[in-house]
Parts: sequence; structure tokens; C-alpha cells
Amino acid sequence: MSTQTESAIAKARARTGRMNGAEAIIRSLEAEGVEICWGIPGGAILPLYDAFMACEHTVQHVLVRHEQGAGHMAQGYARATGRVGVCIATSGPGATNLVTPIADAFLDSTPMVAITGQVPTHLIGTDAFQEADITGIVMPIVKHSFLVQTVEDIPRAMKAAFHIASSGRPGPVLVDIPKDLQLTEFDFAWPDEVDLPGYDTDWISGVDQDAVDAAADLIARSRKPVLYVGGGVINAEATDELILLAEALQVPVTTTLLAKGAFPDSHPLSVQMPGMHGSKYANWTMHRSDLLITIGARFDDRVTGKLDAFAPGAKIIHFDIDPAEISKNRSADVSLIGHLNETLPALRDAVLAHKNDERIRHQIDWLNEVQGWRRENPFRYRRGGDTLKPEYVMEAFDKALRGKDAIWVTGVGQHQMWAAQYLTIDGPRRWITSGGLGTMGFGVPAAIGAQQACPDAYVVNIDGDGCFQMTMQELATARCYDVPAIHAVINNGWLGMVRQWQELFHGERYSETDLFGTIPDFVQLAEAYGCLALRAETEAEADAVIAEAIAARRPTVIDFRVDREEKVYPMVPAGSASHEMLDETWENEWVEEGV
Amino acid sequence: MGASNHHTLSALVENRPGVLSRVAGLFTRRGFNIDSLAVGPTERADRSVITIRVDCTRHSVEQVVKQLYKLVDVIDVYEVPAEAAIERELLLIKVQADAERRSEVMKLAELFDARVADVGQTTLLLECVEHPDRLASFEELLAPYGIVEAIRTGRVAMLRASAPEGESKSRLRVMG
Ligand SMILES: Cc1ncc(C[n+]2csc(CCOP(=O)(O)OP(=O)(O)O)c2C)c(N)n1
Ligand SMILES: [Mg+2]
Repeated sequence: MSTQTESAIAKARARTGRMNGAEAIIRSLEAEGVEICWGIPGGAILPLYDAFMACEHTVQHVLVRHEQGAGHMAQGYARATGRVGVCIATSGPGATNLVTPIADAFLDSTPMVAITGQVPTHLIGTDAFQEADITGIVMPIVKHSFLVQTVEDIPRAMKAAFHIASSGRPGPVLVDIPKDLQLTEFDFAWPDEVDLPGYDTDWISGVDQDAVDAAADLIARSRKPVLYVGGGVINAEATDELILLAEALQVPVTTTLLAKGAFPDSHPLSVQMPGMHGSKYANWTMHRSDLLITIGARFDDRVTGKLDAFAPGAKIIHFDIDPAEISKNRSADVSLIGHLNETLPALRDAVLAHKNDERIRHQIDWLNEVQGWRRENPFRYRRGGDTLKPEYVMEAFDKALRGKDAIWVTGVGQHQMWAAQYLTIDGPRRWITSGGLGTMGFGVPAAIGAQQACPDAYVVNIDGDGCFQMTMQELATARCYDVPAIHAVINNGWLGMVRQWQELFHGERYSETDLFGTIPDFVQLAEAYGCLALRAETEAEADAVIAEAIAARRPTVIDFRVDREEKVYPMVPAGSASHEMLDETWENEWVEEGV
Repeated sequence: MGASNHHTLSALVENRPGVLSRVAGLFTRRGFNIDSLAVGPTERADRSVITIRVDCTRHSVEQVVKQLYKLVDVIDVYEVPAEAAIERELLLIKVQADAERRSEVMKLAELFDARVADVGQTTLLLECVEHPDRLASFEELLAPYGIVEAIRTGRVAMLRASAPEGESKSRLRVMG
């Protein structure tokens, strides 16, 4: 899928003329350079779908099977490209089906515009057929929303929606458009400017040198600094700046679940993911540190564990784009609001201006200590003998696609954590997972959207057998549009992550978590959708089907029948201090560090 | 005056449908308690002011303000410090007052600069615009007569005309 060219966009923006509101929506999408969108028609949005067919335009519409799929596809597209993902639904049930992806995009700061049809203006408030107050329903989970009141407002609302979704801290914006307005004729003109007196992002630009100097000063005086990196780095397109900063600082770098790829996993300074299922060395590094250089991260409870016990001896530097994140969960000693691709180079300059070599000499023991933890405590599992271990599948995939342009997407659960632990992600926008909301069913549609955004990439959805069944109907979409993403179902026959909690914290009472791994037969199911369908029950079979799937370049489902008992370790039990990690598998061999 | 955990915030907002729900919803969602909330038009037709009295610590006031700024319809947020502000509230109160006690109640009303808005056989309806604390005392003194009904509008606040320039608007754009 190629981006709309500058000249096509300029032409779209220059367009004027008489048209109805429905066509105006399409002209607005063109003016924003939208190349693709996802949705399902219905009564209140019919005029828009009519306009898709009636007028000539450059926007591809993808018909999905469930609006949740449309939303997650838009997210997959947005996360893979950084551009705004667009999804469309009718009023009432169509709109409410978008609620989950909207909430997901809100928590993971994904730029998205959701367009919904609404019942005609004169019926609003009457409990009309398929009326739902969708702007009311999504109020706490959108960056902003519009209920369009007049047809003239359509281009203004659309322009504002894209501006809000994509600027500052990105997020979802909903535009609700009553059916009668879609049918009303007016003189279209694309507005030159957005009129949003309460939405000012200009002040974010620029660098407050005092704050930068204060940060550099803390760094110079620190003996045990660590870069704690969040998804904000990816949204800011600041990966290169981060690598330069880290290399100048020579400090360990930990990347949260959302930030995987913001700093290369294979970089010698990387200590990978912190938190509940993060590496021991990342959590110990944070715990022992005297300075967290926090970049676009938000001290989420899955990272910090028990907040009071988190990094108890550390001062906090916090760089972010959102003032509301500063001192929300952990109070900051130095904070700086700005665009990370501006503020990170400023920090690097300031650090280099200090006595940097001397500082590195002072911090070398720390770096060695961290590297030692890392060498001695890698993510590891016991090979299965006859059974196929899920971790083996991750390693096999990782090896098979090393050096290729691969995009990894996941569901939510154990498989997601194994993927986070064992896959090597070396660049931004190549790891797409539902972090904040933890939405089962994210994988299949997000992978489709990412693949449509990047047709040449190898997209692999590491999914759970539970998650897969929440959105697997989108295999039809994949097949109809020939979207070759591979859906790797890590089939342990359980709602595995929930089962793991039941085993560890609820006396092995496996209440309602057994999925019976053979129902459905995922191979037959995938065949019914016209996909390539494969199965593996041993390591050798896994190697073979992975090779076959990668070569196939068509929609593929693989049923990996994995060890049903395997658990994700290490693990910080919810509410525990983050350095107190469980690891049953290696209990007896583990030499607990004095942390 | 109330404990130091009470803060009066004044939010200048766009006069758009839904803005009040967005502001009120934010307080609920983030777990902040609203003591009182008053909303009304301003000198500009396209702007309203929402005056919110919250009960929370200093730290959480900063959080509230930052969250308020994230609402697209919110243009500015000010904390209005009690010592530098005029704070007022309107009370409508219906009191038991038969012929016998009517003059007594009216005397009291006079002391508080309250007006008699309506007179019934056995009750008086009084209106009073005052500082909320004084309204509370007024209500207390009326209580023995028997309060039939009382409604307050929620406070509004404005910096004194005499407040020194510069510090006059303690605009709470906490960062940047
Ligand atoms: C929509 C939704 N419902 C429920 C949950 C709670 N939940 C978290 S993980 C999980 C189990 C996922 O099972 P599966 O997809 O098989 O993955 P596994 O953990 O077995 O790898 C559940 C039910 C959730 N995150 N999302
Ligand atoms: Mg499972």
C-alpha cells in the first residue's frame, strides 16, 4: 500500500464544490492522505458507503467481519506506520462494537479516527432504531469526540479529528455523523486551519535547557543510572536519537512491553523488558538503580509492581510529551515536556559537555554488574523432550525470520509474554501488542492491518487459542483481500495466563479455563476459510511448518500443539515488589542475588 | 474556612454540547470528589466557566488540572486562592414563618442581606447571595424555625479587582 502522494493530497485539499455530507467525508479522508480504511456498512452510515461507490476517489475500503476487527486493523496499520488508522461503523451496535479497539487505542496511545453513522438529527434522543449515544459511551476512552451538528461542520470536524489523533500524545478520536447530514448538500471546502482554542500543542516544541542541564547534572552524579524506555519513543520516532543517547551515556536500557523495538533487543546495552514477566536483570537493574532516566514511559503497575517498593533508591528524570504523566505515579526530580526527538539530542549534548569519560569510569562497575546479571540469568526454559515447548516456537520463528523485515503481532496471555521474552525486535514499529488494555482478540485483525500497511513485510501473529477464537472470523477478510500474515496459534488448550494465576495463587482450582485444545480443529477451521492450514506437535514439525508458512506468502494458520503445563517465568506476583520474582522452573538452581 | 484540602478551580471552556459531561466525567473517572460545581456563561457567548470545588491534596489538584487541560474543550484552568478571591453562592431557602414569627425571620434575613423573594401563609422564601461560609451560618440560624426546602447554586469565584497584577491569574499550566 503506497502512501498518497503529496500532489494527490494537495489536489484533494484544493477541491471545492457542491456535494453531500457523505462525499464530504470521503473528500476529507483524501485531504488527510488516507489510503485505506476498514469497516462494515449499516443503515445510519449507508450514504457514506453509497458515496464510496458513487464517486471517484483514492480511498480503499476493506470490508471486515466484525467492527472490532475494523478497529484493531486500523490500530495494526497505525502502529506499523505511525499514520492515523481509520475505521467506520454504523450507529448503535456497529458503534458499540468499536468500543474495545477505541479503549485499546486510548491506553496504548495509538492514532485512530473512528467514524460512526448516527440516527438522523430529528430522531436523536428518542431511542430510535439503532440509536446509541456513542459519544457519551466513549467519553472516558477517547482523546476527543465530535457529534457533528451541521453538514458544514463535517470537513472541520474531520480535519480536527485527524489533527487531534495524530498530534501531541496520539490517541483515538470519534466522529459521529447523523445520517441526514450525510445526505445534505452543501459547498465543500477543506478548511485551512483547525479552530481548537483548547487544544494547543505548539508549546510542546522546543527544549527547556534548564531542565536538560538539571538532568545532565543528575546523570553526572549518578553511579547506577538506567534508561527506562516506554512506547513514547516509538510514537515520537525517536529511536535513532535514543540509541545515540544510550551509546553516549553507556548505561543499561530497559524497554517496556510497548517499547519493544524502540531500542534494539540485540544491542549490548539492552536489558530487555522490565515488569511482571520481564527479565530478572531488567528488574534488578531498576531496583538497584540510583537514577531512572525515564523516556516516554508511565510507571505502569505491570512495570513497577508494588509502587512503594519500586526502585527505592532512585531519583527520577522523566521526559515525556504528556504533562499529566509527570509525577502521576512516581514523583519526578527533573521533568521535561517535549518532543523526544528534540529533547533526547539536547540531553546527549549536555551530557557530552560534562566530564563524560570520568562519569563512565565511575559507572563502569555498575555496567559490569548489570552485564553479569544478564549473562547469568537469561530467559530460559527446559526443552520438552516429546512435547513442544511454546518458547521453542518463539525461538524457531525468531531464527527463521532473522534478517528479514518481520512484524510481530500478538494476542494477550502467556503466548504474548513468551513472544516478548524470546523474540528479538531490533527496530520500531515491528512489535505490535495490546499492552495497556490487554485485549484478547487483538492479534488476528491487528496483524491483517499491519500486513496491509506493509505488504512486503513478513507479519506473524503469535496468538493464543483463546484469543484467536475471539476474532478469527477475520480470516475471511484476510482471505478475501489476500493478506498473507501468518497466524501462529500457540494452542495449550487453556486460557493459559488465567490458568497460571489459578495454579499459583488460587490453589490450583482451574475454574472455567479449560478450552479443550481440539475444539475447534484449527486446521479444519482455517481450511474452511481457504487459508493454508498447518499443525506441529514436535520441534521438528515446528521447524518444518514455520519454513513452509514463511515460503507460502498466503494467509496461513498454524496450530502449534504445545505443552499444556508450561508457565511464564520469571513472574512478579501482582502487588509484589518488582525484584521479588518467582521462577519455579529454576527454583533449586537459582542463586538469588542480594537484591 | 474549610480545611486546606479544598480547592476552587475555575475552568474556562468552549461552550459546546457535552463539555459539562466531559469535565464532570473526568472527576468521577479519576476518583476526585466534587464538593460543588457551578457552570454558566461568560462575557463571551462561545465560552463558559465551570467553577469546581474539589476536596483533594495538593498533589492531586495538580493531577486534576493536568487532566483537565487534556480535554480539548478546556481552554484554561485557574486555581482561585480563597484569600485573593471573591467567592459567592446563591441560596434559596423556604422557612416556616407564620404571622407570629415572620418579623423575627425577616430581621435575621436583614442581617444577612437576604431578600424576601416570596411570602406564603406559613412560610417565607428568602434569597441570599453571599460567601458560602456565611450562607452556612445563615442556614444554621434559620434551622430552629424549620427549613422546608433549601437549595444552593454552588460557588462561583473571581479574583478581586484589587488583586495585584501579575499574580492576578494563577494560571495552572503546570508544565510549559
Ligand atoms: C477480552 C478479554 N477477556 C478476558 C481477558 C483475561 N485474560 C487475560 S489472558 C487470558 C487467557 C488467554 O488465553 P489464550 O489466548 O489461550 O492465551 P494463553 O494465555 O493460553 O497463551 C484471559 C482470559 C482479557 N485479557 N481480554
Ligand atoms: Mg491458551
